[in-house]
Amino acid sequence: MGLRMSQNTQAETSPDQAAGAEILLRALKDQGVEVIFGYPGGAVLPIYDAIFAQNAIRHILVRHEQAAVHAAEGYARSTGKVGVVLVTSGPGATNAVTGLVDALMDSIPIVCLTGQVPTHLIGNDAFQEADTTGITRPATKHNYLVKRSEDLARMVHEAFYVARSGRPGPVVIDLPKDILINKAPYAAAPETPHRSYRPQVEPDAAQIAKAVAQLKSAKRPVIYTGGGVINAGPEASEALRALVRKSGFPCTSTLMGLGAYPAGDPLFLGMLGMHGTYEANLVMHGCDVMLNIGARFDDRVTGRLNAFSPGSKKIHVDIDPSSINKNVPVDIPVVGDAGRVIRAMLAAWDADTTEVDRPAIAAWWKQIDEWRGIDCLKFRQDMTKGAVIKPQHAVQRLYDITRELKAKTGRETFISTEVGQHQMWAAQYFGFDAPNRWLTSGGLGTMGYGLPAAMGVQIAHPDALCIDIAGEASILMNIQEMSTLAQYRLPVKVFILNNQYMGMVRQWQELLHGGRYSESYTAALPDFVKLAESFHGVGLRAKSVDELDDVIRAMIESDRPVIADICVDEKENCFPMIPSGAPHNEMILGPEHGTTLQQGGAKSLTDEGLVLV
Amino acid sequence: MATQDTRSATISVLVENEAGVLARVIGLFSGRGYNIDSLTVAAVDPVLNLSRINIVTSGTDMVIEQIKAQLDRLVPIHKVADLAKGGPYVARELALIKVVCKGADRVEALRLAEAFRARVIDATLESFVFEMTGNTDKLDAFIELMRGLGLAEVSRTGVAAIARGTTTI
Repeated sequence: MGLRMSQNTQAETSPDQAAGAEILLRALKDQGVEVIFGYPGGAVLPIYDAIFAQNAIRHILVRHEQAAVHAAEGYARSTGKVGVVLVTSGPGATNAVTGLVDALMDSIPIVCLTGQVPTHLIGNDAFQEADTTGITRPATKHNYLVKRSEDLARMVHEAFYVARSGRPGPVVIDLPKDILINKAPYAAAPETPHRSYRPQVEPDAAQIAKAVAQLKSAKRPVIYTGGGVINAGPEASEALRALVRKSGFPCTSTLMGLGAYPAGDPLFLGMLGMHGTYEANLVMHGCDVMLNIGARFDDRVTGRLNAFSPGSKKIHVDIDPSSINKNVPVDIPVVGDAGRVIRAMLAAWDADTTEVDRPAIAAWWKQIDEWRGIDCLKFRQDMTKGAVIKPQHAVQRLYDITRELKAKTGRETFISTEVGQHQMWAAQYFGFDAPNRWLTSGGLGTMGYGLPAAMGVQIAHPDALCIDIAGEASILMNIQEMSTLAQYRLPVKVFILNNQYMGMVRQWQELLHGGRYSESYTAALPDFVKLAESFHGVGLRAKSVDELDDVIRAMIESDRPVIADICVDEKENCFPMIPSGAPHNEMILGPEHGTTLQQGGAKSLTDEGLVLV
Repeated sequence: MATQDTRSATISVLVENEAGVLARVIGLFSGRGYNIDSLTVAAVDPVLNLSRINIVTSGTDMVIEQIKAQLDRLVPIHKVADLAKGGPYVARELALIKVVCKGADRVEALRLAEAFRARVIDATLESFVFEMTGNTDKLDAFIELMRGLGLAEVSRTGVAAIARGTTTI
């Protein structure tokens, strides 16, 4: 309405001129934006006025700017679209920084609009002024300060292009208030390619042929996939399934890549890395050909670099050339979009008439099955009435019950997490069969991520079951978003594995610091049941194993926001574990396998490992 | 295959001539812990609105390849060239060197300046300012010699570099 009005008043002179804020909204609409997560303030009031005057774009009012970015991340990761954030100048922008870095580390497409003081005041230490482009330069893929009204529309379109192209990431557009008020011309998204940023998406055919020849020669192969497959869209996951099944090779995934390959499939080895499965890590260590698709040889995955997969030929597929040969030198680099690369590999696989060495692969699987036989994720849950709940059991039951629900009603489940032990248990015991259903802060490890992320998912998928598997420490970092859930009647479920400790910190103190639990116990936790009720939600609590299933079912059946406080074993640790600086084949399996942290730690720990995180 | 030996590299980068682009490049180097031994920047193409940044850096082959890849993914960067990799190149630096001295030292300074083809661009009875262009080693050598003859101040531009022959970046 506002847009139309001002266009009418300007009609005679320049039909395409409107206030900057209206031009901004028009550009967002043209980019297909449906939802903005934001928080108002002085510098962005003109944008809020323009939002008020239209109905095409919905605004979700969060309670903290960091949560706005995480919510937009949840929205983006569950839909594949660009998430949009709107915050004011100064503290609005600085509060958003954690979310931006989180999106940068996990390659999530975000456009974050920040207010700024008017151009003539920039640099004057004006009220709520911050050097937002300066502060966010290393926190974003790219950022813009709009200094001239005529650049506004172009920069918005370019920001969306940059956010979603190549390796996706967050982009900030800093908007001085005068730019939002002054009349500006509208420009449609350009048809011509960007002047300088044109990432390679099509792989080089020769590299594909080389990679396929290498794969076919393998006797002990592994396919190791990451978030790049998720980012390449659901078709990439389809292609991956086809490639794994065609080759018959074992497949493992990073934390970020879970769901690209179905967890229940026999060719899937589970997650790899620091808390990955025994079989996945030993396969990585002992393989002769490794195909990495869309993962970046992160330190959580490689363990000690000079002992990482020592005997293998490595093929690395990544859309970002700077990820290749960064940590681990590879033999066959392939630059391109994961989906296109896998499809090209499938075609090349059929074109190459060489036969795979089936007896060797069969022998490899025999070895893998032996490793699997260890059953590294086994735990013992005492099922007698009143027994303490094991956190693994809580996640396992949540998975079983949501799967029943899916089978019965077709209702999809999306899982987000906070950061810590509960995150690893969620990754280990909740099986994902489809991409975009699992949202966790992998690279940055941001406590406080899960609740706002689940909120963003619920906005995008109103009928889905959105659960934040949380710890009692992490959840307090963005607990204020319970209020947002209430305002928009978002039935997000918060499933707290409450052990009263910052569990992962406590686990490391047990492993590395002689069991001196310095500041890792949270005294005076809130009563989460009452907390939920005070935020107009439902509070539930399970104190013993006999109460667990009922609480899970009540949580799922509720059409309101729920906090389920699951009181779990306070001393439980997360296994298997490869301590920082140890190689893959020096895994600590845990008490079920007769090794404790202290025994395992003594063997694997080096001074070098002690400085690592 | 890449070696663990550290080498020097001269990297030329064509960038969009816009606000913040130099900060992006410098921030990349400091944020990722890469060395900058020398850095020069100036607008070179007003029609295409391009500036050129020349960076002399050092690291293992793996690090230098990483620096190039990291630079290349910055949005306003058009082209990244590792000059040594592209064949022979010339690299020059300009220095202004102030020497304050009298008597025999003054004569010696002037004599050495001639030998090094440095030009006198300012003189008083007690001082010279020499202008000298050359590669970094030559400048270093001259400045070292002046140290004993009353070297007072040095201002250097950093390295500008370009490929020999017909090739361009």
